[in-house]
Amino acid sequence: MAELWINYIWPVVWIVIQILMFLVPILIGVAYLTYAERKIISAMQMRIGPNVVGWFGLLQPFADALKLLTKETVLPTGASPVVFFLAPMITFSLAMLAWAVIPVNPGWVISDLNVGVLYLFAISSLGVYGVVMAGWASNSRYAFLGAMRSAAQMVSYEVSIGFIMITVLITAGTLNLSALVEAQSEPLFGVLPGWYFIPHLPMFIVFFISVLAETNRHPFDLPEAESELVAGFMTEYSSMSFALFFLGEYANMIMMSGMVSILFLGGWLPPYDATPWNLIPGVIWFAAKIAFCLFVFIWVRATFPRYRYDQLMRLGWKVFLPLSLIWLALTAGFLVYFDKVPA
Amino acid sequence: MIAATLAFYLFSALAIVGALNVIFQRNPVHSVLWLIFTFFNAAGLFVLLGAEFVAMILVIVYVGAVAVLFLFVVMMLDINITMVREGFLKYLPVGLLVGGILLAELITVFAGWVMSDSADVLRAAPAPDPSDIGNTEALGLILYTDYIYVFQAAGIILLVAMIGSIVLTHRTRAGVRKQVIGEQNARRPSDTLEVVKVESGKGLQ
Repeated sequence: MAELWINYIWPVVWIVIQILMFLVPILIGVAYLTYAERKIISAMQMRIGPNVVGWFGLLQPFADALKLLTKETVLPTGASPVVFFLAPMITFSLAMLAWAVIPVNPGWVISDLNVGVLYLFAISSLGVYGVVMAGWASNSRYAFLGAMRSAAQMVSYEVSIGFIMITVLITAGTLNLSALVEAQSEPLFGVLPGWYFIPHLPMFIVFFISVLAETNRHPFDLPEAESELVAGFMTEYSSMSFALFFLGEYANMIMMSGMVSILFLGGWLPPYDATPWNLIPGVIWFAAKIAFCLFVFIWVRATFPRYRYDQLMRLGWKVFLPLSLIWLALTAGFLVYFDKVPA
Repeated sequence: MIAATLAFYLFSALAIVGALNVIFQRNPVHSVLWLIFTFFNAAGLFVLLGAEFVAMILVIVYVGAVAVLFLFVVMMLDINITMVREGFLKYLPVGLLVGGILLAELITVFAGWVMSDSADVLRAAPAPDPSDIGNTEALGLILYTDYIYVFQAAGIILLVAMIGSIVLTHRTRAGVRKQVIGEQNARRPSDTLEVVKVESGKGLQ
């Protein structure tokens, strides 16, 4: 009995505890991301933003959640019930699943996979299913058009995301996310931080823009463009199923920001391994980098007009794809010529 | 060990259930969704084998790209299920014939399958210990050294197939006004605007 406990039950319990330690902060983060988005955009537009519920409106996200929960769940006529309710669940769980491999501090990771980068890429490429299934199952024109747009958009931008990931991988020489972060600890020319966004600056920008497209955020939010498609694939959703989509989308933003931080901004590493910087724990650094990426997400939303669909496709296929391919070839050539290929 | 065995039977049972559902679902979109479910279980089986790289590639390529296109096409096609049903009896003999031939082939292949005499020698040949080399690295070492020509040939076949399908389906339509962004960006105010001071009471000629 004791052996069973040590070998089987305790590991499972421990993993569940670890998962909760990741998910609870993320869900609270999602709640306050919606609040931050409203506050930041209102500041940029010289409004006040939510300020009634709680101090400075801090309880607003919970009030919104309660409001959503008390609404009626509507199933449209002719909708496919199973797929209709499966879609928001898929979107939500995929955004949560990715956190299994994201290291927030040395050794602080649920599963230190050897193929962590591939796992992240796989999870982010599955995100399209939630959208497509929702659009199809709703049995509505607007939802279907939104889903079709989204499928094409996400598949297109995934290609350049993949190539940029390969560029980063050959620089670091590993597929393991913890090792990838450690590979960025070596200072560049002895003075600059070794984070990959400095040597790969163009790819950092292209990657961030592709992430905007991948998460269906402004200025690439065509799948839910309200001026033409009501709310795109989410048109027919209400109450809890809508809340799951909403949570999933924002959790996805946090997850993608985490990915940007790990690939380009050095994960938990401080900019310099010197006294004032390395007193701050790695988790705080990682959270700060994620917060910075999220701020840029919101900043972009407040600043740029929406892309037209053909311009979106042109940018993905004719600009980003060749650019990332050229950069990949350049990086590989550089590494081989100067004999810097990581062992 | 027990957990791995249980997981194996779980994944394989679910894979079979998924595969059967691909065939028996009435709605083609549901079939594709079940196909995706089957892919996932196959990926799970690869993970159990310790081939995590292949598992991830299966999810990325088949689930993340190929099945998305399947779903995309099936949703757009709007297949009329009653029409498909009508042809069932007409096409039944052909289907049975193809199925029968495939079954006979499989039986001959599996009945005549013997282990090669050199299999033991190959197994005994010096190979790196699986525990000290990751399977991503191992695959890379084999693929880009021993099988480089086969690998490149596969790449060229895919390239030719891609170019072929583009050539076959591409059509140039007349009268399409395309946006040339470079031209638009190169435009200067002086190309299109002229600022003229007009004397009052005279107007422009």
